[in-house]
Amino acid sequence: MNDTLLTLILIVIKLGLVLGTVLTLAAYMVLAERKILGRMQMRYGPNRVGWGGMLQPLADLIKLLCKEDLIPQRADRWVFMLAPAISTITALLAFAVIPFGAPLQLFDRSLPMVICDLNIGLLYLFALSSLAVYGVALGGWASHSKYALLGGLRAMAQMISYELAMGLAIVPVVMTARSFSLTAIVEAQQSLPNMLRHPLAFFIFLVAIMAESKRTPFDMPEAENELVAGFHTEYSGMRFGMFFVGEYLNLIVLGSMLTVLFLGGWYGPLLPGICWFLIKVLGVAFFFIWVRGTMPRLRYDQLMAFGWKILVPLGLLNILVTAAWLIWRG
Amino acid sequence: MSLWKDIKGTILPFWVTLRYLFRRPVTVCYPERKQTPAPRYRGRLVLTRDPDGEERCVACHLCSAACPVDCISMQAAEREDGRRYAAWFRINFSRCIFCGLCTEACPTLALQMTSEYELATRELLQVIYEKDELLIDGCGKNAEYNFYRRAGIGVVAPRGANPGESSPEDVKSNLP
Ligand code: SF4
Ligand code: SF4
Repeated sequence: MNDTLLTLILIVIKLGLVLGTVLTLAAYMVLAERKILGRMQMRYGPNRVGWGGMLQPLADLIKLLCKEDLIPQRADRWVFMLAPAISTITALLAFAVIPFGAPLQLFDRSLPMVICDLNIGLLYLFALSSLAVYGVALGGWASHSKYALLGGLRAMAQMISYELAMGLAIVPVVMTARSFSLTAIVEAQQSLPNMLRHPLAFFIFLVAIMAESKRTPFDMPEAENELVAGFHTEYSGMRFGMFFVGEYLNLIVLGSMLTVLFLGGWYGPLLPGICWFLIKVLGVAFFFIWVRGTMPRLRYDQLMAFGWKILVPLGLLNILVTAAWLIWRG
Repeated sequence: MSLWKDIKGTILPFWVTLRYLFRRPVTVCYPERKQTPAPRYRGRLVLTRDPDGEERCVACHLCSAACPVDCISMQAAEREDGRRYAAWFRINFSRCIFCGLCTEACPTLALQMTSEYELATRELLQVIYEKDELLIDGCGKNAEYNFYRRAGIGVVAPRGANPGESSPEDVKSNLP
């Protein structure tokens, strides 16, 4: 009884810590993105609120909370109100299975540095990222606006297509680790990160998660020039904010996924595991921002063609080759 | 070969953006560092006086006719000696687009543009300038020009007495 209670308390503490860290991280990711993009374009970026702009996320939050929250007259009220929540919650839920570090020894018991070490963690992650499509698609549909509908449709098509490539890219990883548990996958990379073992899978996965996060160069759903703002055109106030934060949460989730699956998770010399994990996730996030500052938007047909005609066949081929190699090695 | 070009064209921009990340921004941080506008900068409008210290504006309405956004209004009045002036003169700077067409239209050089650009305020009524706020003490960009000295017929000098003018013809004298 006492033991169960202790486990429960520990889980709640871990939950609170993870939630707090991730939400703060997402807020500051927005700031970091604006600052880095600014520097790449030889401007400063936000630097007025607080020390060098450090309180900007707070100011944004206050602004979003004070804004009028509009619901279009002929929108489907309930779906319209639920859609942003779906986007944010699916992203938050994903953190339940992501391992941040090696198990810790505390009170004579092993404390896993993951909220819940599911043995099908990877499938859980994929299920959630499929659900995330609903937030976008329903948001676009419920707004009763052509722009939002088109944006939602595009987002749906794009996310589903690239999810396929993403799924194919991780099959070799699962095959070498012989497990769906994320902790096991990280432990299998102790000597050599999967990035070097499966470079092709790494490339496919990287491109796929970029498309999945709906960011430049894959920001079709939002394409401001053609679609006003895509699926969240009709959203305002905190509802828009939830979509917005959802995007950055998603960025952290995908960065963590990339870290866990390909960059060797918490393994690294000198520093404690959790630091390495954070460094890797932030590195991936920086890379994403860098790409956004560099690449122009793709054309929609090119995007689809690239997904279906190049990434998916490559992914399949990669599985075959890996399987053959594994069998040959015995 | 074209594939190689494509790959190079994809990779190279990353290097460019990374280099720019470490350059100094060119942004001028405004309230701390103010820039001096060029002499012909089109900032806030003023009404100037002629070298004698009298108001130049003759309330001819040409400026308000030229203004594309209709933000100038005035009422004409006449002094004892026949000299025209504006009883009131109003410019609504919340509508002004600082195009300078009014100053082009002004025949007396009364209306001129300055390089003042800090007009922002939270009170909308504060950017509606009345005549006493517009009228300055100097001549502005042209210190010599005096409209009434040239054409202020019967006000400053009798007919034909202005510099460069010949006295009027007596139309009765050249009858056949
Ligand atoms: S500058 Fe242009 S807009 Fe402004 S008062 Fe003159 S004519 Fe009108
Ligand atoms: S400012 Fe110039 S154009 Fe306008 S009424 Fe006065 S004299 Fe005429």
